[in-house]
This record gives sequence, C-alpha cells and structure tokens, in this order.
Amino acid sequence: MKSRIKTTARVAAGAIILFSLAAFTDYKIEKSKKALVAEDNELTGAGATFPFPFYSKIFDEYNKKTSIKVNYQSIGSGGGQKQLQAKTVDFGASDAPVSDDQLKSFPSPIVHVPTCLGADVVTYNIPGEPKLQLTGDVVADIFLGKITKWNDARIIKLNPAAKLPDLPISVIHRSDGSGTTYVFADYLSKISEQWKTKPGKGTSLEWPTGLGAKGNEGVAGLVKQTPGAIGYVELIYALQNKMAMAKLKNKSGNFVEANLSSVSAAANVKIPDDARVSITDTDAKDGYPISSFTYLLVYKNQSYDGRAEAKAKNTLKLIWWTTHEGQQFASPLMYAPLPKEAVTVAEKILKSVTFNGKSIL
Amino acid sequence: MQVSNTRQIKQLQFGELFFRKGLALSALLLGIILLSIFITILVASLPSIKAIGISFFYGKTWNPVENDFGGLPFLIGTLVTSILALIISVPFSISVGLFLGEYFTKGFLSVFFKNSIELLAAIPSVIYGFVGMFILVPFVRDLETSLSLPPYGVGIFTASIILSIMIIPYSVSLIRQVIMLVPSSLKEAAYSLGATRYEVIKNIIIPYTRSGIGAGILLSLGRALGETMAVTMLIGNSQILPTNIFAPSNTMASVIANEFTEATGDVYLSALIEMGLFLFVVTTIINVIGRQIIKRFSID
Repeated sequence: MKSRIKTTARVAAGAIILFSLAAFTDYKIEKSKKALVAEDNELTGAGATFPFPFYSKIFDEYNKKTSIKVNYQSIGSGGGQKQLQAKTVDFGASDAPVSDDQLKSFPSPIVHVPTCLGADVVTYNIPGEPKLQLTGDVVADIFLGKITKWNDARIIKLNPAAKLPDLPISVIHRSDGSGTTYVFADYLSKISEQWKTKPGKGTSLEWPTGLGAKGNEGVAGLVKQTPGAIGYVELIYALQNKMAMAKLKNKSGNFVEANLSSVSAAANVKIPDDARVSITDTDAKDGYPISSFTYLLVYKNQSYDGRAEAKAKNTLKLIWWTTHEGQQFASPLMYAPLPKEAVTVAEKILKSVTFNGKSIL
Repeated sequence: MQVSNTRQIKQLQFGELFFRKGLALSALLLGIILLSIFITILVASLPSIKAIGISFFYGKTWNPVENDFGGLPFLIGTLVTSILALIISVPFSISVGLFLGEYFTKGFLSVFFKNSIELLAAIPSVIYGFVGMFILVPFVRDLETSLSLPPYGVGIFTASIILSIMIIPYSVSLIRQVIMLVPSSLKEAAYSLGATRYEVIKNIIIPYTRSGIGAGILLSLGRALGETMAVTMLIGNSQILPTNIFAPSNTMASVIANEFTEATGDVYLSALIEMGLFLFVVTTIINVIGRQIIKRFSID
C-alpha cells in the first residue's frame, strides 16, 4: 500500500515538474517572439556614467521627435565595452577610447563617435580660500606624494600673492574605477615621466599616497571636510557645487580656468580619422589641459546576428542626431559641445559604417 | 466507515511524505546553491589564477595598470577592521545580553530596549556610513591632530568603531537568548548557598553559556568580514599596507564594490572575482576555527 502511494506521489511530482517546465518554455518562446516584434523602434545602449544626464536628456528629446525609444543604462565604460562585445546592446558608450589591446577582443571592428566633452578639475580645501594656479608637474608631484606641504616653495612660486599655510596636503583620489581617473592619469602621464612609469594610466591606479573616496560626490565630500585636501572631480560636478578650482598652465603657457568654452577649445586640434585621440595637454592655445571626448561605440559592419536593416539605420540616425541637433542640449547641462572639426570627423566615421557592405547613411 | 478511515490514513501518509520530501528538497536546494556559487566564482577566477598564480595571496601591490594583483593589503585590512570591531563590541554585547537576559527580562522597557537593539540591524549600512562620515570623522580628525598624525579622519579606526555598532545586534540577540535558557534550578542552588548576583553570573551563567556567547560573537564576526558599504565610506580606500590603526586601508569587499564596474580587461575582472573567492575561503576558515574554539569551551 505504502509503495503504491509512493509511486503515485512520484508520478504526481514528476508531472508537476514537467508541466511547469513546459509552461516555462512556452513563456520563454512567447517572450522571444515579443522581443522580435518590438524590434526596430527600440534601441538599447550601455556604458559610461559621466555623460548619462546628457544622453538621457537627448534620448528623451529624440523620442518625442521620432517615437524611437532608447534604453540607455549607465553601467560604466568597462561594462559598456563588455556589453557591446557580447552584442547585447545596439551601441556602447565609453569615456576613454578603447585601447588597442582591447580592440582585439571585439568580434569585428568597431568605430568611435565623439559626442561631447568633459574635463577634470583640481579642487582643494585651503583655509582662507586662496585662488590657486598650478602646473601639471606640480599637480603630478602632489599626487605622487613628493610635495607634501601647501607652503612648498614650488607652490609659492606659482602663487606669490596667495597666503599658503604650513599645512600637510591630503591627497584624495577616486576609490572606484572611473573614466575621470583615466583622464586625470592620462594628463599626468604626458607631463611627468615618473607618473608614466608608475602609476601610469588606467581607470584604477596603484596610488602612491592619499585616500580613496567613491564617486565624484565622495571625493568632493572628503575634500570639503578635510583641511588641506586636494582632489580631482568632473567639471560638471565642480560647477554645480561651486567648488574651488585651480587654474592650470597649458602647453602654450597660459593659465586656463576650466569652463565649457575652454574645454571645447581644447578639442581644436587635429583629430585623427578614427577620433581615438587624447586631447589632454592640448596644443590649443586657450584649451583647458585636462579635457577629453566621450564616445559612443558601434560595430562598423552593422549586419550581424540577423539584425534588421531598419534597426541599424535607426542606431546610426540617432548617433548622427546626437552629434548635430543634439549638441544644443549639451551646454545647459554643463557638458562642452563638440567643436566643428570634431563634428566633421564624426560625420565621416558615421558614413563609413555599413550594412551588407553598403553605407547606411 | 472503515473505508473512509483507510482513505484518511492514506491521505495523511501522503501528506506526511510530501512534507518530508519538501523539507529535504529545500535543504538540498540550499546546499546546491552554495556549491553553485562556489563553482561559479571558481571558474570565473580561473583566468586570474592562471595569470597571477599563488602570489595573489601574499602580493603587496594591486596595480590594475600593470595587471599585477596582490591581495595582502586587502586581507590585512579586512582582518584588522573586523577583529578591532569585535574587540570593541564584545564587552558591550555581553553586558547588554546579561542586562536583557538576566536583570531586566520582562516589562515594557525591556521589550523596548530589546527591539531597539534589534532595529540597529535593520538600519541600511549606507546610513551607518553617513553617520560615520559626518559625526565620527570630525572627532577622529581632532584626535589625530592632537596625536600629530595626518588628519584624515577616515581609516581603520573609524571604520572599526562604526562596524562594532553594526554587529552588536547580531551577538546580543543570541547571547540574550542563551542567558535566558540557563536553568533556574542552577541559579537558585547558587543563591541558596549564599552567592551574590555577581557571583551567580560569574560562576554559573557565563560558564554555562560560553558556547552560546561564542556562537553569537562568531555570527557578528561573519557580518563584520563581509560588510561593504559603510566600511568603503569610512576606511579611506588605500592599498598601502597600514602601519597603525589610524592609517587608511581597504577591505576585500570594498575593493570589489569599488572597482568592479569599471574593471576593463579579463585578468582584472577575474582578479576581482578571485578576491571574492578569497573572501569566501577566509570566511569559511574563520568559521571553522571559531566553531572549534566554541566546542572546546562548551561544557557539554
């Protein structure tokens, strides 16, 4: 008797499992069918967090204009590159150009389209709030831990009028991996030989000194709290929070304040055809030296994985709009718009993207 | 009548069987989940294990630019903050456990205190981080200035203090319960021999509850080892090996939380996952050792 019950129970349990499995598969098929139908009017992108407010604004505007819906997830530049590699998104976004090494890990060639500019500012907290002027090598030596006091002779020489206290310098850097750190390190690598060998440039570094804080808000908070602190944050963040910013000496010898026009001016240089260029320590006369492009990334050949041509077209049109009409939304959000030359380069790059061997735009 | 009886029995048996199988299945499922997590992170950390090898466990540099990853500073940071937090919290958790389990077991105020302490565990850790940042850090900074140390304010010391508050509820709730379970016959016997209350606590309650207290402390240590957010906000996130308890440091959980999103490159990402594996192993080892210690101290 007992064994019969056991058998019945087993059969029942088996049936339940099979049934739920079947139901689940049905559901999955349903879902993928739906995904196919939703198709071409929905685009997905993922990547950099820095331009997220700009992208969400312009994608929203674009949606009002064209009824094309863009779902952008700001998961970080590294994540954006990964998602594009896995072909789970229509476009990726990255603050730093993808390195030669990592380009190889993409299944087929990708292109970089610059969309706007950002900059890092050097912010500080010195009692009495003097206005500071700094050079790249002094900044490098502070962050290397070689200049340790605010009344160091090299800082006084650059700021003869400022009252500089006998206060130890507390270096504050980002603790999380960040494009902001990449741009900062990229600049200092160009200025300082020692920086170039170590710590070098990357989204996270082996910092020789100081404290780490998470995010721009973390760095800003710690700088504001700690007398004698120095740190670097994104320009937008510094402008919104009215933080003290040091003027930096650029390559032409001018001390430049960071603002939207000096950042845009930094891009007034010869831009290579693939737009993968670092504009830190710019040659431009009025350019702010720690500026950089931020990019959208797409595959050069858009006919992959059975993608519909309409979808490829919509992706390209969106990016075209971003680099043209979309630019008007940059300044109000405190992003520096692309200068003319950069737009021309972006146009050329977008026209080089193909579907089945034919140019899309 | 008889027929319906056998049917009822059948139904009952069926129910019993189903219930028992269900329980077994749930237990098995948890085991499978644990094992799957272990296997997943093990497989995901293979690229890093291959590229870095054994030096991952004792290397002092963490350099993502050069793909050179050593976890020692993070291991030290994790152990030092957790153990310091434990040292700070244990006297408090035993005292509070005694107070609520022996002196003040009934009544509105007792319930109020008990719930307040348990609520400490419900506060999100980011709130602890903020409290530490805005209230504790200025104090520590003044202390550091008077000791002529760099006035960072954040560091191992600050993180440990906040961590000690965060872990108290875990040990208190267990310690309180084991103290309440001490048989009153034992206590009454001691009293009848003329023991004072303090003597009862010292000679009866504490020895009787040793293993329970140990388990409570172990539970809170486990919590301290894995805490991420509050510690990240307060520890200073520096990869340099700490030289004193005021120095900034970093923990294993913090470095994963900090660097995971922007980790580009396979070895880098894999090294962070290996850090998770390392933390998994360290936590397991500490748990096993802790259990042995508890076993040795328990009276039965």
